Amino acid sequence: MITMGIDIGAKNIKVVILKDNKIISKSNVLAGFEVEKSAQEAINKALKDAGIKKEDLDKVISTGTGEKLAPFYNETKSVVGCDSLGAVFLHPAARSVIDVGAEEGRGMRCDETGRVLDFEVNEKCAAGAGAFTEAMSRALEVPLEEFGPLSLKATEEIPMNAQCTVFAESEVVTMVHNKVSKANMARAVHDAMASRISSMIRKIGFDKDVVLIGGVAKNVGFIDSLNKDLGLKVVVPKDPEYVGALGAALAAAGWKGGK
Amino acid sequence: MEQVAKYPTEKLKCWNEAKQIRMKYYQDYAEAHDKGGLRWAGGAWTFDSIPAGLGDDVYPITSEPYGATIAFDKKLSLECMEAAEKEGYPRDLCSYMRNYWGSIIIDKYPFGYSGQGEFVPIFQGAKALKFPKPDFIWQDHICCSHAKWYQVVSDLEGGIPMFTVDNAVGPSNELTDSKIKFVVEQLKDGIKFLEKVTKRDYNDELLFKAIRNHFISTSKWAEICNLNKAIPAPLDEKSIYSLYVLGTLQKAGKQVADFYEKTLLPEIKDRVKRGIAAVPNEKFRVMSDTQPPWSFLSIFRYLEKFGCVSIGSLYTFGLIGQWEIKKDGSWGAKTIPDVEFSNRDHALYEYVKYELHKPEWQHFYSCHLKSDMMIRIAKEWKLNGVMLHYNRGCEGLTVGIAENRLALLDAGFPVMAFEGNNADEREFDEARTKAKINAFMETIGAK
Repeated sequence: MITMGIDIGAKNIKVVILKDNKIISKSNVLAGFEVEKSAQEAINKALKDAGIKKEDLDKVISTGTGEKLAPFYNETKSVVGCDSLGAVFLHPAARSVIDVGAEEGRGMRCDETGRVLDFEVNEKCAAGAGAFTEAMSRALEVPLEEFGPLSLKATEEIPMNAQCTVFAESEVVTMVHNKVSKANMARAVHDAMASRISSMIRKIGFDKDVVLIGGVAKNVGFIDSLNKDLGLKVVVPKDPEYVGALGAALAAAGWKGGK
Repeated sequence: MEQVAKYPTEKLKCWNEAKQIRMKYYQDYAEAHDKGGLRWAGGAWTFDSIPAGLGDDVYPITSEPYGATIAFDKKLSLECMEAAEKEGYPRDLCSYMRNYWGSIIIDKYPFGYSGQGEFVPIFQGAKALKFPKPDFIWQDHICCSHAKWYQVVSDLEGGIPMFTVDNAVGPSNELTDSKIKFVVEQLKDGIKFLEKVTKRDYNDELLFKAIRNHFISTSKWAEICNLNKAIPAPLDEKSIYSLYVLGTLQKAGKQVADFYEKTLLPEIKDRVKRGIAAVPNEKFRVMSDTQPPWSFLSIFRYLEKFGCVSIGSLYTFGLIGQWEIKKDGSWGAKTIPDVEFSNRDHALYEYVKYELHKPEWQHFYSCHLKSDMMIRIAKEWKLNGVMLHYNRGCEGLTVGIAENRLALLDAGFPVMAFEGNNADEREFDEARTKAKINAFMETIGAK
């Protein structure tokens, strides 16, 4: 059985194609302003890499904030539902999943089949999402890919109290005036973000096997802050940004746990 | 998504009558002075039987439904909110209150007369009337905003005689004779105040009638909500909002008591008997909590796509309905007191003793009392989950809601929390809320 999962996020579109529950291709394209066009591009790329045609697909599930903008699909499924499926597939012991994408942070508790038992999503606030680190790295004039590693070089913990990106930026300006090092400021940003995500995941409860997915799961500075805040080591799967699309493809295949 | 109809459905026959009662209420208030009558303002929670003793031509306007009425008209609401903000009132205050104040500041009533002379909402094309200034204010105080609300109203209107009753005497399971008398004595003082400011003699017979109407309205409303235990539910929450509101307008009014007892209750009984569903594809049942985001009642229709009916809430059941635990341990409508009032003191005592059991007053004292009632509803109304509105527009009813969530989860009910505001649409994200509902429907197996 060949299935496709399409995850149309706020910033990127991810596509995963499975054959008998094995990944045969994946693609990632910037969503941009013409989302439908970008989605088609991501699909074409994944189909080409898999060496198959659209007609070969048995079922397609679309997910993400722009799920309805996929050029074709059989069903839609919620992001939290897809995230949980994908996370449990990759890490069968996972019962708690954190997904931090560009626009949203989400926390889920799930069972061994990947079924969501409870979930929480940050609302109307970018301070718990990737957009926050992007804004802060711009404010500090540090390339985004260097922002995480820089944070690990921090020598001090500096609290950042702002609850939103706009006010956090003004706190960063104050820190600049106070001659705080960029490494310490990067750490403050990641700590603030981790604190917000931790608060969300604490609300729904978590077990020791916590899987972190989404684009921000590639940020080592954030992972370090989150581990400290939660008092554990989160599991980060390979290619964490694809887990939602993987879950959608698994849902299309009717996967419910096991291998 | 479940689309197949399992049950027959039909529109409520009493729908137009309910709408007429509501429109007449706002028209009567606006036109009171034309007929030599009086206008009074106060909360939907106030002891509204008391001003009824001043005469049959004394018309109320209750504050919360008025704020909600404005909220439903997005354009007017924004105008009111911005006017209140311009005066310096902050955005984190009660959003009903800000709509109300804004309506006074811009001097616009949400109703007016159409070209044909019909009294209609202004979003139907009528020119807004000026805000009809009340002659006196009759308020209670249990929520932090209640009395303060009208202090500002009085200030904005250049001074309006105002009387406020402090009814925060503790939960009903700790009610004592002295606590009842504490409220009764205030009502007696209030009657003297009303006589003085209106220069009218108080009529105890009218008071007795109003209290009886109050008993009927609140007991019969509970009986109607109790019928929603049936599967399929005869009423969905969106309809309940349109019906419960009559009780928030004037539960001591004969028109409301008669409507609940003689029109709505028989119709709902008949729907249950014939298996008429509010949502024909009902497969899943949830409840909500606190006031909804009034501009976005479409979220309740959205649930129907999943075969999910919201059967009501503690808020709609318990703000108007009076309940008691029946012999079998279940919740049912409070028995109407079988008493003949011998005099004013006696009537007021019975009135207060009855009213202080209002379920929606209890959680001002303890979130655990509210959790217990919510869990009871979840069990007895056979729910699959609960949707909690973290309502930034009403601190009074939202306080403790996170505790309620934990208690419901502990009791085994899945919970979805969504953030919003009952009357300030700027604080509600419809797309995200619907995305949350999608995920929640998956969680409870409805998708």
